[in-house]
Amino acid sequence: MAIEAKAIKQVLVKPIWDNNPIALQVLGVCSALAVTSKLETALVMCLALTAVTACSNLVISTIRNQIPSSIRIIVQMTIIASLVIVVDQLLKAYAFETAKQMSVFVGLIITNCIVMGRAEAYAMKNGPIMSFFDGVGNGLGYSVILIAVAVIRELFGSGSVLGYTLLTPIKDGGWYQTNGLFLLPPSAFFIIGFLIWAIRAWKPEQVEESN
Amino acid sequence: MEHYISLFIRSVFVENMALSAFLGMCTFLAVSKKVQTAIGLGVAVIVVQTITVPVNNILSTYLLKEGALAWAGLPNTDLSFLGLIVYIGVIAALVQILEMTLDKFFPALYQALGIFLPLITVNCAILGGSLFMIQREYDLTESVVYGVGSGFGWALALVALAGIREKMKYSDVPDGLRGLGITFITVGLMALAFMSFSGVQL
Repeated sequence: MAIEAKAIKQVLVKPIWDNNPIALQVLGVCSALAVTSKLETALVMCLALTAVTACSNLVISTIRNQIPSSIRIIVQMTIIASLVIVVDQLLKAYAFETAKQMSVFVGLIITNCIVMGRAEAYAMKNGPIMSFFDGVGNGLGYSVILIAVAVIRELFGSGSVLGYTLLTPIKDGGWYQTNGLFLLPPSAFFIIGFLIWAIRAWKPEQVEESN
Repeated sequence: MEHYISLFIRSVFVENMALSAFLGMCTFLAVSKKVQTAIGLGVAVIVVQTITVPVNNILSTYLLKEGALAWAGLPNTDLSFLGLIVYIGVIAALVQILEMTLDKFFPALYQALGIFLPLITVNCAILGGSLFMIQREYDLTESVVYGVGSGFGWALALVALAGIREKMKYSDVPDGLRGLGITFITVGLMALAFMSFSGVQL
């Protein structure tokens, strides 16, 4: 049992810094950029994605020996799409406003490469329990980047975090001149670019070879 | 006619799939090292997008929307919650069919596209195109125009980025930024440039 607990910790923690899905594996970038202008939508997105990745890994790994390899993509797609429909309906029922702001990006979890990539790279080869934790771990790695970007964008863009004002903007009689650039989509690219730089300065083994 | 032209221009420049909606980023960042391969993938995306958006439009209008099944005597059925699974099914099936057709009749093109065709199934720009089409309630003709336009816009951005990255070989990038990091920042600058189109009124 002790060994298993250690292995679980390994798959949970590794994707956060050492093998981050966004910063190193280049998976799931699209949604990371689009939903991060406010922390609230980013949090919902993280929860949804972690749930979908973990469950799809669990299901796919359970039936991995029954899936014929020639049609595995479509089987995986169907499982993922069903899970995303469940998430989508749940969000519409309990968090309608947020679901509306996220518009098509909930549906786009289907084609989020993290889900597909982990199903293909990990769940097809490993047992259900480990796959489940691998899904959670990769979801967490994704969440770390997403939350970091969202906090930066919301704090500097509108002077608040999660809707609570921290830096009072000038238009409300405060002192902080809001930086509109951070609310615009391109800023997400710069922030992720610099985050990658920071991670790689800290862990030099991730630096890419020049060619 | 004017309406369609402005929709086309809007979907290519103002609402560019890659640079203002951020769709298809994974492939966008991964396959933009060489202009040659970028053009191949770009063409494949345009073709798939042009077919899938109208097909999904037809399916949505006649099968899934609330009251769409009226022709079958079921006016109160609303199947729109099945949308996601239908759209992705259509995309996966179409990509598969396209692959087999190309293999049989245009082997040269098939060779050129190679691995990119199957990858298109998981390209969010394709699914995103269909979802935006549903959300904005385009009719059939509009959806054809939108399909061509959004595919073309994505391809344009991809080829442009590949061009920039080819030139970047000659520059001395700091260690930590090399590869992925600098690509993100380049795309950010491109997105800023494309934002200037958003002031264009059509």
